[in-house]
Amino acid sequence: MEQKSNGLMGWIDARFPATKMWEDHLSKYYAPKNFNFWYFFGSLAIMVLVIQILSGVFLAMFYKPDTALAFQSVEMGIMRDVEWGWLIRYFHSTGASAFFLVVYLHMFRALIYGSYKKPRELIWIFGVLIFLALMAEGFMGYLLPWGQMSFWGAQVIINLVSAIPFVGEDLGIWVRGDFVIGDATLNRFYSLHIVAIPLILIGLIVAHIIALHEVGSNNPDGVEIKKNKDENGIPKDGIPFHPYYSVKDIVGVIVFLMFFSIVVFFAPEMFGYFLEHANFEPANPLKTPEHIAPVWYFTPYYSVLRAVPSIAGSAFPGVIAMGAAIVVLFFLPWLDRNPVKSIRYRAGWYKILVAIFVVTFIILGVLGTLAPTDGRTLLAQVCTAYYFAFFLLMPIYTKLEKNKPVPERVTMK
Amino acid sequence: MSADVNNSKRRLLVAATSVVGAIGAGFVAVPFVKSWNPSAKALAAGAPVLADISKLEEGQMITVEWRGKPVYILKRTEENLKVLETDTDMLADVNSDASKQPEYCKNSARAYENHAKISVMEGVCTHLGCAPKYVPDLNNPFAGSLGADWKGGFFCPCHGSLYDLSGRVYSSMPAPTNLPIPPHYFKSDTVILIGQDGSNA
Repeated sequence: MEQKSNGLMGWIDARFPATKMWEDHLSKYYAPKNFNFWYFFGSLAIMVLVIQILSGVFLAMFYKPDTALAFQSVEMGIMRDVEWGWLIRYFHSTGASAFFLVVYLHMFRALIYGSYKKPRELIWIFGVLIFLALMAEGFMGYLLPWGQMSFWGAQVIINLVSAIPFVGEDLGIWVRGDFVIGDATLNRFYSLHIVAIPLILIGLIVAHIIALHEVGSNNPDGVEIKKNKDENGIPKDGIPFHPYYSVKDIVGVIVFLMFFSIVVFFAPEMFGYFLEHANFEPANPLKTPEHIAPVWYFTPYYSVLRAVPSIAGSAFPGVIAMGAAIVVLFFLPWLDRNPVKSIRYRAGWYKILVAIFVVTFIILGVLGTLAPTDGRTLLAQVCTAYYFAFFLLMPIYTKLEKNKPVPERVTMK
Repeated sequence: MSADVNNSKRRLLVAATSVVGAIGAGFVAVPFVKSWNPSAKALAAGAPVLADISKLEEGQMITVEWRGKPVYILKRTEENLKVLETDTDMLADVNSDASKQPEYCKNSARAYENHAKISVMEGVCTHLGCAPKYVPDLNNPFAGSLGADWKGGFFCPCHGSLYDLSGRVYSSMPAPTNLPIPPHYFKSDTVILIGQDGSNA
């Protein structure tokens, strides 16, 4: 065995590439020097993941996945009897919403700076898969407290499976493991929520980061920094991730934790948006709540589902639309035909299209929390149409853009 | 050795090994996929139930449990059946077009034609799932409050939905559709199997 250096690290490095990994991914990973506010959310997402795993591991020590015990073990056991149990649970419930908030902002960053474009298509695809896994994780986790909204939310979503023609009914029974949502459903959701999906999530995040470090980070100018290297082969506009961005990200972490703590300590229910009021009542299969709404992070897609009218008494078209609203994201790298990455150097009217997209997405989200009326359904239909048009018409309109000149090197504005 | 490597033979062996491996993996997946089916216990609880109606008098109703839901079995009188033909103007879904029932119960009595008096329906209000109460006719002390022309039916205590004697909902009620009718068939004149159609028995 050949040792490159002496001492303990030398001994380890001859057996495990510790120093090499540290250098490849941190101390000699050169990131563009012009990262702005939007570049906090990737590292924040990892931090929220750590919060979720840590708090989740401890919640699993006190939670009982049994329809007769689940609600009590959460509301009585964890919230009242276990020392500091309430804090650990509020970390976890607030963390769930924080995760989606951070991920939505992270995705928006990719959208405006073109981070999904060649050569970063796979980073984007892994990212959308992470988003899907996160949705599954959130949905299954929400059943576990076994409150009214846990039960009826799951009822509504699993019934979507049953809306699939021909096989739907049997598929629904297979997913539930029973003719109604019950113990079998709760147990399998618990297993998936604490074992299977977190493993998938971590695997996808590793793939996401490996792909990112292979091609290098994009930046607000959308300029490839690897095109301009110095005599040592180091990008002229690059700075080592550690210590420059590890330190900068600490600022993001502190600011984030300030807001996170405000929610955890002063508004853990977030006025019914993070923990819905109906969920403080145990699940009752014989009594449907007056109004069923998913948690806020699902509501844009729930609105799409409701916006599509059912055909011949089947909700299947809505299910298709909801699925398509997410699947279309996978194709974004190929739908956008404009070679310019950053929105800074794209047409002014493209900025307006993106702004309207953000507004429609938020409107869909708000509508999803409200009971449908004729006017709201119409509004949701208009917003859904815009959502799909924004993506599906991209191959046409992105070719018509008059771009501004893209600089050779990154700018520091 | 490298000179006389038989590459096509190697490729064939690799392909054959991969195919056999994939088939094996497919077989191993079966138990895992099947473990998600309802367990024997859940199946037993969800199995069709037999109901003996030999002692059921006209105007009487019994409740049996099927898949965790109350199922009402009501024996109606000739007079009741006549009412069901004529009460149509106050119903929301007279022909049960928007409601859930087997094809053989899509008629005014919402029952088998040769057993028209016997009505089998799920006691689950289509509004929010409460169990509607059976309120026979004006001889019942409670019926008076439902109006002088009450001809018998069901009253949901939660939000006041009214149904007629075949579970059809009155118009302008919170409940949108008629009471669902589970699949069922008559094993004999006095025994009903609930949860299964006659066709696939």
